[in-house]
Amino acid sequence: MMSFERYEGLSQRYSRMSPFLSMLVVFALLTAFMVFVPMANQSYAGGGGWLPDAMVQLFGKILCFALLAVALDLVWGFCGILSLGHGAFFALGGYAISMNLIYATADEKLAQITDPIARDDAVKQSIFSVVGQGEDPWPWFWMLADQFWFQAAMVLVVPGLLAFGFGWLAFRSRVTGVYLSIITQALTLALGYLFIMNEFGLRGNNGLSGLQNVLGASMTETSTKATLFIASGIALMAGYVLTLFLTQSKFGSVLRGIRDDEDRIRFLGYAVEGYKVFAFVVSAMMAGVAGALFAPQAGIINPDSFGPLKSIEVAVWVALGGRGLIYGAIVGAVAVNLLRSALTGGWINQIGFGVVSIDVSGVPWPEFWPIVLGLLFVLVTLLMPRGLMGLWHSMLALIWRRLLRGWVVADADPTTPGSGTAGAVGQPEDAAKAQHVVASA
Amino acid sequence: MTELKSKYPPMTLNMAPAPEHQPSRALSGYGNPDLNSGSSLLMIQSVTVSFDGFKALNDLSFAVAERELRAIIGPNGAGKTTFMDVVTGKTRPDRGRVMFGATDLLRRTEASIAQLGIGRKFQRPTVFEEQTVFENLTLALANPRSPSASIAYRMSAGDRDRIHEIAGLIHLSDVLDVASGSLSHGQKQWLEIGMVLAQQPRLLLVDEPAAGMTPAERDRTVTILRNVAETCAVVVIEHDMEFVRNLSCRVTVLNEGMVLAEGSMDDVVRNEDVIDVYLGR
Repeated sequence: MMSFERYEGLSQRYSRMSPFLSMLVVFALLTAFMVFVPMANQSYAGGGGWLPDAMVQLFGKILCFALLAVALDLVWGFCGILSLGHGAFFALGGYAISMNLIYATADEKLAQITDPIARDDAVKQSIFSVVGQGEDPWPWFWMLADQFWFQAAMVLVVPGLLAFGFGWLAFRSRVTGVYLSIITQALTLALGYLFIMNEFGLRGNNGLSGLQNVLGASMTETSTKATLFIASGIALMAGYVLTLFLTQSKFGSVLRGIRDDEDRIRFLGYAVEGYKVFAFVVSAMMAGVAGALFAPQAGIINPDSFGPLKSIEVAVWVALGGRGLIYGAIVGAVAVNLLRSALTGGWINQIGFGVVSIDVSGVPWPEFWPIVLGLLFVLVTLLMPRGLMGLWHSMLALIWRRLLRGWVVADADPTTPGSGTAGAVGQPEDAAKAQHVVASA
Repeated sequence: MTELKSKYPPMTLNMAPAPEHQPSRALSGYGNPDLNSGSSLLMIQSVTVSFDGFKALNDLSFAVAERELRAIIGPNGAGKTTFMDVVTGKTRPDRGRVMFGATDLLRRTEASIAQLGIGRKFQRPTVFEEQTVFENLTLALANPRSPSASIAYRMSAGDRDRIHEIAGLIHLSDVLDVASGSLSHGQKQWLEIGMVLAQQPRLLLVDEPAAGMTPAERDRTVTILRNVAETCAVVVIEHDMEFVRNLSCRVTVLNEGMVLAEGSMDDVVRNEDVIDVYLGR
């Protein structure tokens, strides 16, 4: 007979797909989406499909947000570090690549100047005259802005270094919990103030805009938009694989241990700081990549991206989807962003509750959106602490427990009415089989 | 004790093979000749810890020998848990020396003290509830502790055998795949003892292992601890006198941060000072 622990263990196990299997399901869906969208838009046939170009870009941006959510989930869901500053890493990645994009865009427009030094000067003028610094020398960190691959490397290096320095200081001083969340907010706020200054050398409040040239391809082409959309999807998959690899290894087991009981992990002999810094740096780099893919699709990156609210919103996505589940983070990011687009884009004009239908076409949704978001966060925290995917798992676990209990009863007592019928004969065998699965796993 | 024998080869907790004629000190009880000589495993000298003027430990000195089983008893506030905090690096004393073999523990972090071979079992069972018994034991196994080593870690056949062996010792072989959160209170306590064992410690600090256990679970815990003490030193903090008596080992009585008495359980309960403290005369 199956003990209580056994079927408790089994229902826990069956209610969650194996992490690898769930990754395959997510990848199948993503791949289908990445094939479907360019086809519906006819992106590689000059455009004009029924799906508008703007939607291709919207979906591309949402995939970048999903990657950002996965990055936060790695540190929050798996390691218990609630960073409310991941928007900063996202923005830094965006800025790093946009320095090259804005350079290349200006360089292309000034192609008629053949002298390289004169052209470089003209490019600088066209970039910085908007903040009245066209005559100043290039800021030092623009030195290699004309090199795409150097700036692409900076997408990883800059957020990674910042996360390393910040993480090393914060985690070594054992700043945890809400205090850590507050200083990550301070970090993104401080960076926002730095980037908004014209003197800092990144065009202040204007940000880097008009990002038209990506590796020689023009953003006005539908094919470029579709390629960036697909690249975002691939980056999301790569982030998924990396996060799954890290969290399924013993490293992930230690991270979850830190999340649940940091002191215990320390007394087991693990230097908690090293693990936290490692996870934080990897997460910041993933956020940087997400930002780098986001910027050209949005066409602009400016200091708004460092806004504290932007970072808090990422936490809402992850909480809504389900912390500690990689696909939960993706579901949360996609759901919230689609809802926002639906509301602010005027897709929804009526909200119906059975017979009652409310006309909401007059609601100023962009102003209302933060309230909707806040409400969502409160409701999720109160009603489903493990998010949408957590709710889904609880339902599955309930169903499995019912089924397994039925088998245990049939197994223990062969005289139970109904156990002799053809339908029930197979059940004890299944239970035995299931037991065997556990024993051999 | 035969029921504890698993199908796997006998446990060797220390890397070096134990001498064959090793007498079971756990059974021969107190009166260890090594005590207070140079070969002490853990040596605490004149340690004082004060919190806002309250002296949790007051010039405390005592020593534990290799492979000794020792019980520490004392009323609430006697400094039992503070003693453990000092040894494991959680609390820094104001004064005094804490030596583990030839190593000064006061210069080290919790993680590096644990890596030296000092395991700690907390009063409240603290296991990682969302992870299975198997995963909990894997975390504790004596393998390299760096992040890169953890990422590259693949379970070897030897590690798997060891986990099964420890699971047998702590009576959890049947529930290896169960999330440890759904274990009973007693099972969690054993799991935690198993986790500390998996670290291959030279010294094991156990804080109130019998709290909240059924009588049957207590008896099993006594057997587990006595078995463990054959391969490493074990210091048990406990309130339950009957439990301590069953351990049949040397007992140290703490009171107000100082050693009040030391000796066998029978000696200690006859000691006038101890009677005063416990009966509040």
